[in-house]
Amino acid sequence: MMQRAGILYLGLFALIVATGFAMGAPFTVRLLVEASAYALIALGLNIQWGYGGLFNFGMMGFLMIGGFAAVFMGMPVSPEFWDSDGPWMLGRALLAAGVGALVIVGAGRLHRIGFPRWLQRTLQVIAWIAAYIFFRTQIDPAIAYIEAGPEWIGGLGLPVWLGWVLGGLLAAGVAWLIGKVCLGLRSDYLAIATIGIAEIIHALLKNMDWLTRGTLTVSPVPWPVPRPQDFQAWGTSIDASFIYARSGYLLLVLVILGAAFFLLQRAYHSPWGRMTRAIRDNHVAADAMGKDVRARQLQLFVLGSALMGIGCAILVSFAQIYDPSSYSSVNHTFIIWVMVIVGGAGNNLGALLGAFLIYLVWLLSEPVSQWLFTTISGWTEAIGWGAIPDITSRSVQMRVFVLGLVIALALRFAPRGLIPEIGAGRRRGEPKQQSPDEA
Amino acid sequence: MNEFVFFLNNVVISGLVAGSIYALGAIGVTLLFGILRFAHFAHGDMMTLGAFITLVLTWILAGMGVSSGLPLAYFVLPLAIAITIVAALGLDRLFYAPLRARGAKPVTLLIASIGVTMMLQGLIRLLFGTGTYSFFEEVPKVIYRLPVEGATRAITFTQPQAVGVVVTILAVIALHLFLKRSRNGKAMRAVADNPDLAQVSGINIRKIVRLTWIIGAGLACLAGTFLALDVTVKPDLAFNILLPIFAAAIVGGVGQVYGAIVAGYLIGFAEVLAVFNWSVVLRPFRDSLPDWVPTTLAIVPTEYKVTVAFVILVVTLLLRPTGIFRGASS
Repeated sequence: MMQRAGILYLGLFALIVATGFAMGAPFTVRLLVEASAYALIALGLNIQWGYGGLFNFGMMGFLMIGGFAAVFMGMPVSPEFWDSDGPWMLGRALLAAGVGALVIVGAGRLHRIGFPRWLQRTLQVIAWIAAYIFFRTQIDPAIAYIEAGPEWIGGLGLPVWLGWVLGGLLAAGVAWLIGKVCLGLRSDYLAIATIGIAEIIHALLKNMDWLTRGTLTVSPVPWPVPRPQDFQAWGTSIDASFIYARSGYLLLVLVILGAAFFLLQRAYHSPWGRMTRAIRDNHVAADAMGKDVRARQLQLFVLGSALMGIGCAILVSFAQIYDPSSYSSVNHTFIIWVMVIVGGAGNNLGALLGAFLIYLVWLLSEPVSQWLFTTISGWTEAIGWGAIPDITSRSVQMRVFVLGLVIALALRFAPRGLIPEIGAGRRRGEPKQQSPDEA
Repeated sequence: MNEFVFFLNNVVISGLVAGSIYALGAIGVTLLFGILRFAHFAHGDMMTLGAFITLVLTWILAGMGVSSGLPLAYFVLPLAIAITIVAALGLDRLFYAPLRARGAKPVTLLIASIGVTMMLQGLIRLLFGTGTYSFFEEVPKVIYRLPVEGATRAITFTQPQAVGVVVTILAVIALHLFLKRSRNGKAMRAVADNPDLAQVSGINIRKIVRLTWIIGAGLACLAGTFLALDVTVKPDLAFNILLPIFAAAIVGGVGQVYGAIVAGYLIGFAEVLAVFNWSVVLRPFRDSLPDWVPTTLAIVPTEYKVTVAFVILVVTLLLRPTGIFRGASS
């Protein structure tokens, strides 16, 4: 097995080197930075799906939260906002939300002090409605005020790496909330529920102009290491400055990735890791053995989501732009599933390989299909059918198709991935790492 | 009266149209869920595919010099449905059947359907670009205005909306008769209830699976074309309404066709009611209302419409996981 992994990693290395010669060093370093960030996200999904059999289809939402955290921490402070009534109004809205939450939670516990069940339920519904209306009366004027005056709340002006930490924490917090509500669901229902949550987070961050500037986008998000512009100011040539700056960034990301990988490997082989796999393979038996199934699943869900948040915070600050409307399920959820499935779910080495390989395929399928289309277009012109129109815009779409084909082929011919989980081969032809609900 | 007409136009008619589309999509999802036991994520893109097939057929027809006062889409629809069915059967043969033959679990099939989604989306964009197309380039969209006594506004709806709702109702009746009266329909319900028992009673499961794809894909093409006639044809036409469709299938009870229909309309109406501006209805009492009542009184702002279906879904899953019609819970 290790031999196979070694060969595959050598192949990947050769592929990256070949890309370096074909596309130039700055492009390749950029590819490596982004692929490393995606690898972090893929490790997050591997914790949830590979370790725990949890069906998370809401990566997009966690990624958007992580990106927002980088923006919120890293962008400069907006004195216009802080000098206005905005903070005060937002504070009141926050307070209203807190009071509302307390009332709802309180109404949920009324039966403990002797209220009949039906009365408690009715009061709880009323509490939800009242809290919602109360919150809207506070937040609506605040939003209108901020969007009319300072436009948005700006950032905190802190180092952006703090935003990466915050991204992990925020994503973990949201995951905890979602996990509390949804983790009891059947696996396919969980998939639909998480997709729905991702869509809601997308709608919120896209439309909350006061928080994220919405479609106006935020840029430039700062870097934690010297940027190409800084190197140019120090007298480096333009080409070299990109390589130096991106290499610095790559180094930082690789350190984080390495640390995450090391810790996850240790966790996988620890008693805790064995327990999660036991829960994944048969949660009824694990429950009977006295393992706390729900608590472990919640742990995995939160941990994986935190990695996703950090990964996307890294991506956003690298790209220097946060554009909530550019996020989509295809580019930010499905691609990560392809990475983990193709690489080998349940195996961190596999997820890592899958992330780099699929990101390479994703980026390279555009120029390759452009070349392919140009060639075919040459033939069709030669035989008098005319050229293919809009080759550039069509080639961009090709990569979605290629990715779909890759996952369909992987499921059919290598269902356990390129580097399968060790010990997962007892039942032939079927990946073991699936939720046992449907057994 | 004006307020009443406004309510009719913005809630009753919009809700009916949205609900019909959701119901048609949800029937397919719920049947596939019931028979094949997996959540078919590519259903939205199958709807988009159907709409694009209809579009291409109208182009071919227009290219042959056929023209009519009605949109050509109406005439090519049966052929488009047939082609969509063939495409769906082909996709099943290529991507789902081998996995089923291996005894793969439903989640594997679900992931495969994500792959199919991406392939369909990629292919449609590859062929048609990312622009939007319309069925109404040659003929204008007919708009009916029914005047109401005592109101300056008229009840307004378009011809494709009317045709769509009527066709939906006919399709639902036909499906009802098929499921209740015909031998194949009964066999289908039997397989949904208990596949093993159905198989030992001599029901050909493969035939039932084929039949499920035929019904699901046919209705998907119908829903996609109907949606495209109501708005425009674009590559992400139906992917965006995947969530309400799945919500309808689950809220209605997985495998329950009637539940899917009811829940489809339920979610359609819930969406339009949630974004409806209630202050319009209060306008006649404007003078006697206190000052603090704001001018826009929607339950959720329009841009958060997508959350409505999801909230209904989550509440249903938490309170009654089997759906309103007690669907399969396995």
